[in-house]
Amino acid sequence: MGDMSLDNLSSQYFDVLKELGNIGAGNATTALAQMIGTKVDMSVPQVRLLDFKDVGDMMGGAEQIMAGIYLAVEGDIDGSIMFLLGKQAARHLVDKLMGTGAKPEDQEFDEVEMSALKEVGNIITGSYLNSLSMMTNLKLVPSVPYVAIDMAAAILSVPAIQFGMMGDKILLIETQFFDELKLSGYFILLPDMDGYKKILSSLGMGDIDI
Amino acid sequence: MSQIIKVGMADLNICVSPDGITTLGLGSCVGIAVRDPVTKIGGLAHIMLPDSSEIKNNSNIPKFADTGIEELIKQIVAKGASRQRLVAKIAGGAQMFAFQSNNNAMRVGDRNVQATLKKLKEMNIPVLAQDTGDSYGRTVIFYPENGNFIIRAVGKPEKTI
Repeated sequence: MGDMSLDNLSSQYFDVLKELGNIGAGNATTALAQMIGTKVDMSVPQVRLLDFKDVGDMMGGAEQIMAGIYLAVEGDIDGSIMFLLGKQAARHLVDKLMGTGAKPEDQEFDEVEMSALKEVGNIITGSYLNSLSMMTNLKLVPSVPYVAIDMAAAILSVPAIQFGMMGDKILLIETQFFDELKLSGYFILLPDMDGYKKILSSLGMGDIDI
Repeated sequence: MSQIIKVGMADLNICVSPDGITTLGLGSCVGIAVRDPVTKIGGLAHIMLPDSSEIKNNSNIPKFADTGIEELIKQIVAKGASRQRLVAKIAGGAQMFAFQSNNNAMRVGDRNVQATLKKLKEMNIPVLAQDTGDSYGRTVIFYPENGNFIIRAVGKPEKTI
């Protein structure tokens, strides 16, 4: 089975994961537009394989306050998916979804707004997983969403630790959405190592050895 | 002029008074601050996983509590600290998501704390204080000068342990 690690992923496989990221993020953007009822544009997603040490410098710094929505995934693949966005972007989306009008950017989320935020994450990650499932014919069943609002590095420690069991890098997909505002969102898809194999082989990448 | 040395995730470094050493946004990871109160030489490790022997791909020494603490102590002693005088303070090991699961991966914060305490005990290094667990991230700053371990969290007052 070779050395199972993302660290020495060949560029061919990296391109496939990148394309999956593109399509997934595209679907998620469509879902987001439907949810908030406005046109949403999306930039071409950036797919990055980062060293742990550099994780903190992403997303505007380790102490940048982010909203992270996390779902476990079961079915043909065991793993999890996380969607992160800045607290201000989260505030903007929640206000849109609730139709309450714009509140101050730094206002804390109340209980109802936290539920709305979970729903945002649910819809975005759900459409992402759907597109992945359709492309690969793999059954992917997400759990209920969990949300945390905290420092970027602290939230990212959760997926980083899961990647850490397989190697020394983390695979991150950055997407920028635009409605009236530019919103940066980040997807982190975390299949276990078998999951990567299943995804790639279901796409006809043969019997692979990453 | 004193400076503050930065330690990343799965990383460690040492420092000498009056310098301080910091790591930003500890989540489920654990920050281990160690110093010799006489020479005022200290260091900080930011570990991610409890046990290098559980993982096949384990060449990254600062990533694990067991190998990371050993390496931290080695470097502090090599800088001129007394091995016998070393004391520690630890922080982090939060569970960032309220996930009800028996899945080991989700309980990793707690397991990191237990593995850290076990390793420090094995090495006879007393743990003078700890601020661990709960569900929020922590930024920590450590000063080997006086042993102050400052902890910052979102929406909470700063504390020193």
